[in-house]
Amino acid sequence: MYSRKSPLPYKMRDVVLPGDAACPGCPIPIAWKVLGAVFGEKMILVIPACCSSVVVGPYPYSSIKASVVHVAFASAAAVASGIAEALERRGITDVYVVAWAGDGGTADIGMASLSGAAERNHNIIYIMYDNEAYMNTGIQRSSATPYGAWTTTTPIIGKTEHKKDVAKIMIAHGIPYVATASIGYPHDLYAKLERAKSIHGFKFIHLHAPCPVGWRFDPRYTIKVAKLAVETGMWILYEYYDGKLRISGPSKPFIDSKRRKPIEEYLKLQGRFRKITPEKVEEIRKYVDENWRWVKLLS
Amino acid sequence: MLNRIIVEKPIHNRIVVAKPKIGVAGKTGTWRTEKPLVDNSKCKKCYQCEIFCPVNVIRVDPNTGATVDYDYCKGCGICAELCPFNAIRMEPE
Ligand SMILES: Cc1ncc(C[n+]2csc(CCOP(=O)(O)OP(=O)(O)O)c2C)c(N)n1
Ligand code: SF4
Ligand code: SF4
Ligand SMILES: [Mg+2]
Repeated sequence: MYSRKSPLPYKMRDVVLPGDAACPGCPIPIAWKVLGAVFGEKMILVIPACCSSVVVGPYPYSSIKASVVHVAFASAAAVASGIAEALERRGITDVYVVAWAGDGGTADIGMASLSGAAERNHNIIYIMYDNEAYMNTGIQRSSATPYGAWTTTTPIIGKTEHKKDVAKIMIAHGIPYVATASIGYPHDLYAKLERAKSIHGFKFIHLHAPCPVGWRFDPRYTIKVAKLAVETGMWILYEYYDGKLRISGPSKPFIDSKRRKPIEEYLKLQGRFRKITPEKVEEIRKYVDENWRWVKLLS
Repeated sequence: MLNRIIVEKPIHNRIVVAKPKIGVAGKTGTWRTEKPLVDNSKCKKCYQCEIFCPVNVIRVDPNTGATVDYDYCKGCGICAELCPFNAIRMEPE
């Protein structure tokens, strides 16, 4: 067991058990290790249909030492709301309700129930783990798939629309806490979860999670790809609370655009961008600059 | 009718609950095509490999260095890629 003071690696040891059903190099259990470090066994994960529902393994067993509630695709936020209210009525305050849904389950089909739960400000932490497509059903595009990316439903020229910015939508809901995070920075994610844990009401975390199978890269590069997204400025880490946006430590050096790595470094590691044209790379660059402009405006 | 069911059968009797278990997908070490080998004379106990191992099978000891549980290691290579001191290399099985 660990104390609050022991370093992160020790706290990550207990909750996630070896031998789950995740593909080699999958980012999902890495994030769960951080969740385990923050909440221990005292969390109720509400998981809609997605890769994660498979990763924990088939009934009657589970790969994590925490409660998991498997729910229908669109309903993670609604079910989590109900559980949070039930805990509140019973006076249980040391158990945390975490809705854990994919980008499809959040940015597409779960958007209505997410928006409703946020507006009602239920006491839950909603984590959208974003592997930028419907991976569990075979790499179909979602609204969170980036511009230019190959998926099985954008096969020839790649996706022709930009990524939906869900964190921005959640900021517009006026909820107490919104953050972006990345699987490449577990200490940053840990600090964000700790802050979310201390706040009552609806908390939203958008977690960037590179998928070796769907993005077409060698599983050894999961963390490298995640870090490159931040180092190229394609993914910006921040927290938004008390009406102010705060750029997080790992992203701070890249406020200055000259210090960012060329986005080609991020794209070239991934097979899903193999056929991307220079014009499209330029279009992504514009999108990145626009994102930074917006983030700086709020901070 | 619904009332009767609820009265006669308390709800918790009808909820299916899964138990935590190591190896829900079996001995995932058999999936491996490459095996991470640790050279603990190079290990500086930085914990990078342990933090990022998705299978949670690396344990770093502050005195002796890193060990891998090969029963479940899936051979993804993340640990070898991340080790700043090249203490881990991947070897074909
Ligand atoms: C109502 C409904 N429609 C479709 C499906 C099939 N389905 C299961 S998982 C999934 C993809 C989930 O994608 P995402 O939320 O991004 O999670 P990921 O699998 O990528 O982790 C789909 C389409 C379903 N289970 N229920
Ligand atoms: S990453 Fe390398 S140096 Fe660091 S603890 Fe692991 S084996 Fe040792
Ligand atoms: S190869 Fe992958 S699964 Fe095996 S010990 Fe290294 S990081 Fe863990
Ligand atoms: Mg997805």
